[in-house]
Amino acid sequence: MSNPTPPVGPGLPDTQTLVTEPTRAPEREGKKAKTGKPASLWTDAWYDLRRRPMFILSVIIIFVLLVMSFWPSLFTSIDPFNARSCDLSTARQGPSPGHLFGRDNLGCDLYARTIYGARNSIIIGVFTTIVTTLIGSLLGIIAGYKGGAVDAVSSRFTEIFFAIPAILGALLIAATFRGRANSILLVIVALGVLGWPMTYRIMRAAVITAKSQDFVVAARALGAGAGRIMFRHLLPNSLAPVIVVATINLGGFIAAEAALSFLGVGVLSPDISWGLMIADARNRFLEAPLPLVFPAAFLCVTVLAFIMMGDAVRDALDPKLR
Amino acid sequence: MGRYVIRRLIQAIPVLFGATLLIFCIVFALPGDPIAALFGDKRPDPAIAEVLREQYHLNDPLLLQYWYYISGVLFRGDFGVNFADVPVSQIMAGKFQVTLNLALTALVMEAVIGVGLGLWAALRRGKATDTMILASTLLFISVPTLVTGFVLQLLLGVKLKQWTGADIFPVAGTFAGWRSYLLPGFVLAGTSIAYLTRLTRTSLAETLRADYIRTATAKGLSRRRVVGRHGLRNALIPLVTFLGADLGNLMGGAVITETIFNLQGIGNQLFQSVYLREQPVVVGIVTILVLIYILANLVVDMLYALLDPRIRYE
Amino acid sequence: MKKTSADVLPGLSEGGALGDHPLLAVDNLHVEFRTRAGIVRAVNGVNYTVNSGETLAVLGESGSGKSVTAQAIMGILDMPPAVIPKGEIRFKGTNLLQLSEEARTQVRGQRIAMIFQDALSALNPVFTVGWQISEMFRVHRGMSKADGLKKAVELMERVRIPAARQRVHDYPHQFSGGMRQRIMIAMSIALDPEVLIADEPTTALDVTVQAQIMELLAELQRESQMGLILITHDLGVVADVADKIAVMYAGRIVENAPVHDIYKAPAHPYTKGLLESIPRVDLKGHELYAIKGLPPNLLDLPTGCAFHPRCPYRQDDCVTDTPPLHEVSGTRSSACHYWREVLDGEHQ
Repeated sequence: MSNPTPPVGPGLPDTQTLVTEPTRAPEREGKKAKTGKPASLWTDAWYDLRRRPMFILSVIIIFVLLVMSFWPSLFTSIDPFNARSCDLSTARQGPSPGHLFGRDNLGCDLYARTIYGARNSIIIGVFTTIVTTLIGSLLGIIAGYKGGAVDAVSSRFTEIFFAIPAILGALLIAATFRGRANSILLVIVALGVLGWPMTYRIMRAAVITAKSQDFVVAARALGAGAGRIMFRHLLPNSLAPVIVVATINLGGFIAAEAALSFLGVGVLSPDISWGLMIADARNRFLEAPLPLVFPAAFLCVTVLAFIMMGDAVRDALDPKLR
Repeated sequence: MGRYVIRRLIQAIPVLFGATLLIFCIVFALPGDPIAALFGDKRPDPAIAEVLREQYHLNDPLLLQYWYYISGVLFRGDFGVNFADVPVSQIMAGKFQVTLNLALTALVMEAVIGVGLGLWAALRRGKATDTMILASTLLFISVPTLVTGFVLQLLLGVKLKQWTGADIFPVAGTFAGWRSYLLPGFVLAGTSIAYLTRLTRTSLAETLRADYIRTATAKGLSRRRVVGRHGLRNALIPLVTFLGADLGNLMGGAVITETIFNLQGIGNQLFQSVYLREQPVVVGIVTILVLIYILANLVVDMLYALLDPRIRYE
Repeated sequence: MKKTSADVLPGLSEGGALGDHPLLAVDNLHVEFRTRAGIVRAVNGVNYTVNSGETLAVLGESGSGKSVTAQAIMGILDMPPAVIPKGEIRFKGTNLLQLSEEARTQVRGQRIAMIFQDALSALNPVFTVGWQISEMFRVHRGMSKADGLKKAVELMERVRIPAARQRVHDYPHQFSGGMRQRIMIAMSIALDPEVLIADEPTTALDVTVQAQIMELLAELQRESQMGLILITHDLGVVADVADKIAVMYAGRIVENAPVHDIYKAPAHPYTKGLLESIPRVDLKGHELYAIKGLPPNLLDLPTGCAFHPRCPYRQDDCVTDTPPLHEVSGTRSSACHYWREVLDGEHQ
């Protein structure tokens, strides 16, 4: 959906890049050596990640969100799907004891609705990511490994999906099949159909790089079959960038779900979604901003958590790019 | 260079047909009978309905319908008519201008702010300024347009007007001329600004580490010339690519911004047409956007070749 | 008004008398890199001099500090993380390290120039070679584009690039490795520098091309009488062109000597090891000598003489006392407590 993010992270330059004449220093620090096997790459990344406050923060937020979407009743005793919990005469009341965030335009408890909104965001984000990662990786690994005509055809095919503006395309698909399928499933499909090309590109590039490495050449010389080379050798060595992009995309898909729901083609009432809540609140936004502010804030924090996590993982996996 | 351009053009052809065909198929899967919709609550005379169907090629196979359509677009610039017989190109013209203005405003902001902040961060690498700029890019990437839109509309539009009494950033419509586009343009550009800032920073930082930068310093050039001429010229290449490709993204992504700021652009129009089941308008808009995407990418490829001689002479 | 280099180096007019000062003298230079992993002591007290028309070869394996010393002379180290805690670099008697950045910029490229190892990455890929060479004239001499380009063609002809007039508009990637290195050389000699530092100028090239480049450098030096500092790890390259050799190990000079003396009888065990590890036709069939052990860790240098863990002449005091540069004769010196034994060829 979005362009590959350039890496971030404040970083002191490492010795390797600054001492023009190679010294012994990098060897001692050698845990980051590029030549390391994937196993040690992940071990090192994990070691690095555990000490990053950004990563820890994002893990905590995501954990809370997961609990919130599986057991929302842990956070609130009000059931927002029960019509009796709303009271029109109290519409847009400010925060009060028992109604932490106040009430929305229909007099429903804003806090309970915001909590219950997490579930659809997480479901749609996670499943769209799974769908796009599977499609993109599979096509990418085949195109990267086979090269030649297979690569040319699949790359053109992918560009077709790149050429269609993602949000408009998803809007079109969601609107076309609106009401004919479960609205949440529909959002996943609509975003999934247009969301996989980025994963494809990254997987393909990673596979092409990995393909020329000695161990792959050796495996081929030893007579390993295409399937074995692709899934036992290339996949594990190309996974890192795909995982980073998947994490960042997850945040993007959650934002896209909110946008579609806001436009009325995503999650439909009576289901709850932050995008839908923002749409409901927008007409009275200037007089009563809270019904818009709370779901918006939850949305931002959720997206931020996933993007922060992706950033941290990338920095840990590729310290040279910092 | 010539061969490179031709190859790029040829590669664009399947993308053009594939994308438009895909859209055509999706749109004509839209439920409901457009002819019936045309007559509203009244039942149309079957004979008249049949004539209309014939006129709009609705009885032909989908692929043939597609061919009638796309050949009209490509060879005559004819986007067809909607079911009220208004030419689609006429419906799109004004709206298109609005979206284009919006996207171009966003693109300019993106280039100025994104590249500016990125350069600043790159030259202060590892210092407090750098860290702050990076942290704010993370924030901008994470806050969806939906949220920035409403927040800025409230703060910079409504509140600022209350405090200062001057309508600096109009919050809806296009009545104030170019000023109407400032706030929505910024909202639309938000995420891209952040990405471009990061890209500029890494690109320049990477470039400044290159051997030829050391050579330039050893030539006795001033720091300003080393960074400004030798560094920037190389760091620019990925930025141009990003900016060019982003024009299409901005136009396609404008629908949310247009809705929030009540701008009558093509995003808004598409949204309405989807609901009104005006298939020709829907297809027309998306086709135009696909064309813009492809054209922008072609221009980027040319620029890329102009900026990097290693590609030009490959 | 544009300052000329004479303004910033008072008393040093072009071609003026040198007095007692050598053209370039590096005196007790120290360079450290302060990194997260610790302090990397890349250069720990380097002394060498070079005079007009003289070629000094600085020999050492990678990590010995030879390139860092050169970059310190040029003033192109990234500071931080690099720090120069001690030492002087005197150009015609003026300590460059005390000059303002502006003054150093005037020296750089105009009076002391440098050639880098890999010309493909050292030349800017997006500018034509003509643009890059003529930039020297445009920036430093205020020449017009056309005049600068004319000069660039002259220079390219001088370094014997065929069809220079046409090729001046080509980009670096369109040249072969040897031709690119010639362009690098043309650019560095553009303003007739008094000192030219060549940092492994032939390492990236084919053997036949290596010889041509070395020949070209020697010829240019003869014509212009510049002082040439030739940095290399390859003893073979040095023998024909160098007047004297400075051997570096672990950021220090271990031996300073005229080239013939060193080949005849090295006065430091490290130099001796290097010479013995060159394959020789007359000793065909013999096992090739290799210096045992690994190069030192610059983050954690051995105590005393840094070479002691690998040295066949090691005695107890080598572990504790750092050997100073002992004078072996009027023109040579060795940083070994037991240089006499080494010189006599006594085997331990």
